[in-house]
Amino acid sequence: MQVQSMEKTIRGLAYVVGDAVDTDQIIPAEHLVYSLTRPDERRMYGRFAMSGVPAAGQGLPFGHTPFTEPDVYRSRYTFVVGGTNFGCGSSREHAPFALTEAGARVVIAESYARIFFRNTVDGGFVTPFESEERLVGRVRTGDELELDTVRAHLTNRTAGEVLLLRPLGDIADILKAGNVFAYARQAGLIPAAP
Amino acid sequence: MTITEKILASHAHRKRVTPGESIWVDVDILMTHDVCGPPTVDIFKREFGQDARVWDPTKLVLLPDHYIFTANHHANRNVRLLREFAAEQNLPHFYDVGTPRYKGVCHVALAEEGFNRPGSLLIGTDSHTCTSGAFGMFSTGVGNTDAALIMGTGKIWLRVPETMRFIFEGDLPPYLMAKDLILAVIGDIGCDGATYRAMEFDGDAVYALSMQERMTLTNMAIEAGGKNGVIAADSVTIDYVRARTDAPFEVVHSDADARYHSEYRYDVSTMEPVVAKPHRPDNRAGVGEVAGTRLDRAYVGSCTGGKLEDFVAAASVLKGQEVGIDTYIVPATTEIGRALHTTDLDGVSLHEIFENAGCLMGQASCGACLGGPKDTFGRNMASEVVISTTNRNFPGRMGSKQASVYLASPLTVAASAITGVITDPREVLV
Ligand code: SF4
Repeated sequence: MQVQSMEKTIRGLAYVVGDAVDTDQIIPAEHLVYSLTRPDERRMYGRFAMSGVPAAGQGLPFGHTPFTEPDVYRSRYTFVVGGTNFGCGSSREHAPFALTEAGARVVIAESYARIFFRNTVDGGFVTPFESEERLVGRVRTGDELELDTVRAHLTNRTAGEVLLLRPLGDIADILKAGNVFAYARQAGLIPAAP
Repeated sequence: MTITEKILASHAHRKRVTPGESIWVDVDILMTHDVCGPPTVDIFKREFGQDARVWDPTKLVLLPDHYIFTANHHANRNVRLLREFAAEQNLPHFYDVGTPRYKGVCHVALAEEGFNRPGSLLIGTDSHTCTSGAFGMFSTGVGNTDAALIMGTGKIWLRVPETMRFIFEGDLPPYLMAKDLILAVIGDIGCDGATYRAMEFDGDAVYALSMQERMTLTNMAIEAGGKNGVIAADSVTIDYVRARTDAPFEVVHSDADARYHSEYRYDVSTMEPVVAKPHRPDNRAGVGEVAGTRLDRAYVGSCTGGKLEDFVAAASVLKGQEVGIDTYIVPATTEIGRALHTTDLDGVSLHEIFENAGCLMGQASCGACLGGPKDTFGRNMASEVVISTTNRNFPGRMGSKQASVYLASPLTVAASAITGVITDPREVLV
């Protein structure tokens, strides 16, 4: 896994889902058997990312829009936009891993479940932003978004509006370091990498 | 300070901590299983080197439990990877599949094997690690990365949570179980009602519960988003722990002037059996509101509802009866599986009661609680309507995302198994 600090600007398409999208919907349990390191297997996480979301909720407001097309291992969507309690349920780090492996860079939700949020940050996967207001119903799947990661401004270029996100707060240091290991090394808590 | 704050302070070698601050703490026990263990080991080796040693082999517990009785070769490989790591690192606490040491569901096994000790701090790669808090300790679930950092250092950073206090008072009627109480709480505060917070359970009705029932309360703290669930240790706790380990422990209580985020009071004597409707654990209904709902199957199992007392409760309803729908019985651990044969109601073993009633008997593991590989015992494959003693009913949780899962107590599940529709246990418990 590459450890990299966030870019200033991230552009791409939005994929919108509803409230309480749990980790079983992000990556169904039956797929957790694959290795997260072997290249021929880890791509399965990209293929099945978000496949547990019921069809009517896949890619709002339209529904029936898969995150990753069948037999393709990467998603065309850079931003996952959700409602409240995104990532609730299990502690599986396979969930933020799957989104990242599919090619997503950022999740924007009204609120997060604690373990999912922590996993995204400590593992250096998708960056989790919180929106000031509800974006489900306002951003549509396929909208072109541009995120200024420093100012936490989100521009919906399709709708032509600017949406405010919350500042990253006390996790910013870990995000800047790249993941919790890099952070702990910078802080002198663990020795240099092998 | 609250119990949670005190335990975090002592493990950070500090006198005080305040909710909101981030601290580094020492971990007493790290638990992992077959799903998250192998990827954790991969990260551990990536970060600390191929020849790295775990920080303390006596503090790492490996409990394969999720995908055990399956022909899926990737799942079987994960158990093999744990086996190789245990051998390489000389780990004393590996409970290997296919050996007499095999246990089953990790959270129940941790209690049975004496790893849950008052005042201690336990981290696991599983969201229901909060179960251990029933023993007056701090426990929470994390991902592979955090677990790998602990493997190498014995440390983790944690944000000190605020504590919500849930006080249960009064006498618990015979038709209610801890499952009804916690489903009521989750219905009241919602699936994210305790996010980032500790949930402390208190009150005479809690201390009247056995350890197994207390574990049902703390197990489901995560279904309200809680970081940990906790119940102060008392003589019931100490007796349970002493029977299983000689290791020292320290009983910790919340101070009388501890600050709580909020306080909720329940009189259990007036509560009703509760059901969580599809597809969220906070989608609460009184059993009367959904009585008569047609079911395809019933499931009794998991860390929440697959403990011995859960089966005693189910058997008390199923004794001398026949189930009207497919009913799956899956003990959480091998110890419980054996106890089904040695525990009886009026001279008939629980195992016989279930077999005579026409139940399908499974082996100790997570089973269909989380769906799992296609050949998992009891897994939903289509649009089944299920009533289950498990803890989570988000879409697809038990296998198929077309299926619908109702969560309920073992009493309610057993009563419904007989009739084939959701049934108030008071109708059969006379
Ligand atoms: S029984 Fe279910 S909830 Fe408990 S650890 Fe296993 S999969 Fe998780």
